[in-house]
Amino acid sequence: MTENAPLLEMKGIRKDFFGNQVLTDIHLSLKEGEVLGLVGENGAGKSTLMKILFGMNVIAETGGYDGDILLNGEKVRFGSPFDALAAGIGMVHQEFSLIPGFTATENILLNREPRHKAGVVSQIFGERLETLDRKKMQDQAASAIQRMGIRIDPDMVISDMPIGHKQFTEIARELSKDQLRLLILDEPTAVLTEKEAEALLASIRGMAASGIAVIFITHRLQEILDVCDRVLVMRDGYAVQDVPAARTSIPEITKWMVGRSVDTSASARADEQLETGRVIMSISRLWVDMAGETVRDVSLDVYEGEILGIGGLAGQGKLGIPNGVMGLYEAGGSVTFDEKPIPLNQPRSCLDASIAFVSEDRRGVGLLLDESLEWNIAFPPMQIQNKFLKSYLGGLIKWRDEAAIREVTSRYVDSLQIRCTGTRQKAKELSGGNQQKVCLAKAFALEPRFLFVSEPTRGIDVGAKELVLNALKRFNREHGVTVVMISSELEELRQICDRIAIVSGGRIAGILPATRSSEEFGMLMVSQVK
Amino acid sequence: MSENVWTSKSLSDRLRGAVASFGLPRLIIAGFLLLLFIMAPFVGVNFFTQITNTLNRFSWNAVMVLAMVPMVHSGCGLNFGLPLGIVSGLLGATMSIEFGFTGAMSFVMAIVLATPFAVVLGLGYGWLLNRIKGGEMMIATYVGFSAVAFMCILWLLLPFKSPNMVWGLAGKGLRTTISLEGYYDKVLANFLQVRIGDLVIPGGTILFFALLAFAMWAFLHTKTGTAMTAVGSNPTFARASGINIDKIRILSVVMSTWLAAVGILVYQQGFGFVQLYMAPFYMALPAVSAILIGGATVNKASITNVVIGTFLFQGIVTMTPTVMNSMIHMDMSEVIRIIVSNGMILYALTRKSEAIR
Repeated sequence: MTENAPLLEMKGIRKDFFGNQVLTDIHLSLKEGEVLGLVGENGAGKSTLMKILFGMNVIAETGGYDGDILLNGEKVRFGSPFDALAAGIGMVHQEFSLIPGFTATENILLNREPRHKAGVVSQIFGERLETLDRKKMQDQAASAIQRMGIRIDPDMVISDMPIGHKQFTEIARELSKDQLRLLILDEPTAVLTEKEAEALLASIRGMAASGIAVIFITHRLQEILDVCDRVLVMRDGYAVQDVPAARTSIPEITKWMVGRSVDTSASARADEQLETGRVIMSISRLWVDMAGETVRDVSLDVYEGEILGIGGLAGQGKLGIPNGVMGLYEAGGSVTFDEKPIPLNQPRSCLDASIAFVSEDRRGVGLLLDESLEWNIAFPPMQIQNKFLKSYLGGLIKWRDEAAIREVTSRYVDSLQIRCTGTRQKAKELSGGNQQKVCLAKAFALEPRFLFVSEPTRGIDVGAKELVLNALKRFNREHGVTVVMISSELEELRQICDRIAIVSGGRIAGILPATRSSEEFGMLMVSQVK
Repeated sequence: MSENVWTSKSLSDRLRGAVASFGLPRLIIAGFLLLLFIMAPFVGVNFFTQITNTLNRFSWNAVMVLAMVPMVHSGCGLNFGLPLGIVSGLLGATMSIEFGFTGAMSFVMAIVLATPFAVVLGLGYGWLLNRIKGGEMMIATYVGFSAVAFMCILWLLLPFKSPNMVWGLAGKGLRTTISLEGYYDKVLANFLQVRIGDLVIPGGTILFFALLAFAMWAFLHTKTGTAMTAVGSNPTFARASGINIDKIRILSVVMSTWLAAVGILVYQQGFGFVQLYMAPFYMALPAVSAILIGGATVNKASITNVVIGTFLFQGIVTMTPTVMNSMIHMDMSEVIRIIVSNGMILYALTRKSEAIR
């Protein structure tokens, strides 16, 4: 081992997927206890770089990579994630790899459980039959959780946990490994509420202080500035900047990431005039039975033509509101739209009343992944409003009008700048941001009078985020459509909404004009947390 | 030099991509069938007779394979419950004969009489499948099996009287095999028959299948057909778009059951006999594996899959006995048929998880 060598060095990393260059000459070095922020738009190559470092199979299957990885000055080439783990690299992935029916402790120590001294059975049949030392497991898990600095219940079953705690369980699992020297966190805060994210950042600082190097991937740039020592900005497979975090700013990083400047100025309309507008939707005493997002008692008036934001911490019920009104989860209470009552638990009744919904669950609810963009965008209007159909035999046969479908799809592909090879491309082949745009196009194609948009920017990059938010704003202003947007990112709500309702403990904690300060909203968020 | 590496790499990738999209098993089976056709003249088998046989068997079976399409589209999976539709067809066939219809009229009446049974049984079967979403194919298998077993009792008990159908000595209870001579034996096959030397094309049967296939293709282009495909592709999406998923699924099951009923009648008119009792028991497997060989998956199927698959599968079934037997003087046909059909089903089911992901 060479003295004073950096913990990790990556030199001239290049990678192509079937001739498509995704990484070009990436250099990276990392000292012990250093926190490196890795940022870039979706598709910039961050994930591929980390997959190379972690020895994921997909890299070897697609022809390996060029360049060297040095760990403590020694050249390594990991054939599988197991090698990487053994070398002290831990990775927390975007997707959870936890066993839902096991407790946090069991998940943290899975396959590394401390065992009792050999009993009779295991002496005969081998170590696979040794019994687990539950007491010691508790201690080890507790100490890993302690190191993380965030309190989670070690005895809670994963399937009962809010999403943030699942993320923390994953991190605790990596921390419980003694050999851990480098931890890769791939967008750990994407699913966390602001408060949880803060706790996580504090814990990252703690890890760094104890000598663990951290590579932190995130779309939230403020977090990078808060916690990282250095920032590596990637764009289109190149490392475009590698600077100390203290010497840069969010606008600068954003500019490097997208290669252009992004306008993030807030522009709420004067809210006073809207208070006197006509009530278009009135929700009263709504309850929704949605796991993890239970709505207990929500009463809310929405004015015609406004953009209403619904914010709040994760798990407090903000997502339950649109899902309940739209009939996707069991709900009770009463909803009137345009002075007519809307029967609950029937998706069709809302759609017929000209209310559309963009779900937060893009892949599960929002898209026909195996079908073309044409189908995705044209399907709801076709089924609900008989658009894009040709009638024969006096309406007996309703034939798909492919030409009209293609026409409307290409119109939205152009106006929302959906990046695709054509309108016939399958939805699953698009990136997250572009899939989100397809979901919006689907809702816009219904030409609704009222639009629910749930977490429209979750997991998409800065450029796409701006486009999505602007499209929503334009849709509201140009067509007079009332928009209710649900989001966990307060800043984004403040950017486009007229009023913001904060949900806490399954109830509306308060409604404020978007121009109020973040602190006021913050107070409401935590007011009724249970 | 690096230039060369690039092109050769992308060429092999392209080849691999082509094989992957066409499907390796399909490629092997098509190759095997081609080999059989090439070998036929050398082992002294008349090439045109073989083509005629293949076309005949294709025309008998194609409608039953087509019956797979609606349920695959609506996400109910492969219709292993095909025997349920087949017994509806058998009820139509036997009742048509019992009521004294003859000639082409008996075929029309068999379809007409089978329809209410297919619809009612299809509704019940669809209702059942809606309660066990996710396990459709396993339940469907048992629905098919129990329908056959139940009908074994009924064939004996139902008060059929026609001397052409009942056991001669007892005067009651249907025979296992009933000849269709004088009824609808070859009514479709002899209609618009084309003869070119040894080659005989059953024009009417193929036309009948083509009409049904066209109707299916057209249906899938209508509003309801589009909804059916969407329900199969992502039920939650369809529900969020205001579709009544259960209704669409039941419709697909009724369609599939009715097509199975018509399919067995078409099969009988070609074969010349009505087969009762245990005959429908294993009818689902050849149809299922034919559509899979045609390139369909558990949740995607097209009319092209039906045509190609039925041709390949029936081609193998007809060609192997003649060609192989003349070559090695041993009856291999049944063994190969079983290996191909069951192997294909097994292959497709292992790929199911891939498709869902």
